[in-house]
Amino acid sequence: MSLEVRNLNYVYGLGTPMEKKALTDISFSIPKGQFLGIIGHTGSGKSTLIQHLNGLIRATSGEIIYDGRNIYEKDYPMKELRQKVGLVFQYPEYQLFEETVMKDVCFGPLNQGLSKEECEKRAAEALLMTGISEKYWKKSPFELSGGQKRRVAIAGVLAMQPDYLILDEPTAGLDPRGRDDILGQIRELHEKSGLGVVLVSHSMDDIAEYVERVIVIDSGKLRQDGTPREVFRHYKELEEYGLSAPQITYIMHSLRDKGIMVDTEITRVDEACEEILRVLGRKE
Amino acid sequence: MREIALGQYYPTGSVIHRLDPRVKLVGTLVYLVSLFLVKNPLGYLFAGLFLMTVIRISRIPLKYMLKGLKGIIILLMITVVFNMFFTPGNVLFQVGFIKITDAGLKVAILMAVRLVLLIVGASLMTLATTPNALTDGMEKLMNPLKAIKVPVHEIAMMMSIALRFIPILMEETDKIMKAQTARGADLESGNIIQRAKAMVPILVPLFVSAFRRANDLATAMESRCYSGGEGRTKMKPLIYGKIDRIAYLILVLYLAAGIAIGRLPIHFWIF
Repeated sequence: MSLEVRNLNYVYGLGTPMEKKALTDISFSIPKGQFLGIIGHTGSGKSTLIQHLNGLIRATSGEIIYDGRNIYEKDYPMKELRQKVGLVFQYPEYQLFEETVMKDVCFGPLNQGLSKEECEKRAAEALLMTGISEKYWKKSPFELSGGQKRRVAIAGVLAMQPDYLILDEPTAGLDPRGRDDILGQIRELHEKSGLGVVLVSHSMDDIAEYVERVIVIDSGKLRQDGTPREVFRHYKELEEYGLSAPQITYIMHSLRDKGIMVDTEITRVDEACEEILRVLGRKE
Repeated sequence: MREIALGQYYPTGSVIHRLDPRVKLVGTLVYLVSLFLVKNPLGYLFAGLFLMTVIRISRIPLKYMLKGLKGIIILLMITVVFNMFFTPGNVLFQVGFIKITDAGLKVAILMAVRLVLLIVGASLMTLATTPNALTDGMEKLMNPLKAIKVPVHEIAMMMSIALRFIPILMEETDKIMKAQTARGADLESGNIIQRAKAMVPILVPLFVSAFRRANDLATAMESRCYSGGEGRTKMKPLIYGKIDRIAYLILVLYLAAGIAIGRLPIHFWIF
């Protein structure tokens, strides 16, 4: 099972004076259970791209293959696709509407046509996975804090038990603690249940910390595709796209400039820590 | 959703765009009045030609302007059908119980032409004027009403905020609709009650967000010491220039010529 994008093109406002090419010839594939990161400057087309993955936007040309079937086929069950490929929008807390947290998380499963008991069971699981304890379940979602609201919204998508979870900047506007909590829980889910995750982010540090593979989008084109180590090796190129490498990579470069022979391809703080100790150990 | 042309500014930098908004407001008003004073088809032809010329000068593509008509097509059809079939007069042709009278046909055609000219004329103003300029112009035009305690500035401010928020809320609606669709919401099928119910997951977040935005905006305005129109000055005060005076002159001439031509006792077929 995989989610594959083939030669995807998308043009905004086709045939109007505001016509604009948003995505150009994008191809990549996400194997089941991969933790993929998508980075790109504001307006690069990331959000447009991910909305194609569950059929919310129809491509101008190209194909999207889910589980061996082209989703643009006639009579393709779109509702099923949207359940299998869960999409969490930016600031998802603004989509909450029900009277209680529990009811809101049940909205997705109910739309799938499941029984009330089954929905509540799934909702309870999803809420616990995102760290919302039982005492909040009967509260109004509007009473919760910003971070809690966001987790409820993510739980709302998880309750549909998707194979892929796509998150558009899930940590925007959260404090460092909230950010680590949410991303940590998502990593746990990914590791435990083999959930495929697509993380769209502006934070290179988050990308380096959590993902297995990164793709770089700039001006609607796919520029790079590889492990964080490979991609951040070309950090000069990334800077041209208005991106950068993780902060720790810059520190490693500075250290090397000062004559300390560390590996400059390091992208994570824990790796850097070991590397510096290693180099220091050798010196002693 | 995005088809609504109301309040959409189409920048081309033409003379029409650069006119003082008061001229455009008065001009639109004069144009609308002229359409109701005209009695014969020649008058409509003249009004149509005048409008075409102004559109030409504004350099807004005609195709774009006609898009605004899409929204009123049903209204237009109802008007035409009702007038055509239900106006008494001399029967021109009859098929079964459906009769078309000369008076009916005349009223229907003139009504349709008048409505199209009205809508195109009014949308020309909104396409060629930024919402801000429009409310500025209104505020200035309504200024004399302050004497009778009409809160002119507040009305203008409310209008510009409302106009400013149309695109924002449209975008927001689009986003919320997509988010709920991603959660499996079905907005397109079902009977009218099911569809109304399906709107709840869209409307609740939309209202919440509108209230939140209103609150934020009020705070932002207050923290910049906004306290209503009293003693408030403008960064770009409206002052009439030479082209504005010429435009007024053209308007007066148009009105006079339009009435003169439109009231000539010409008879052409049924008109």
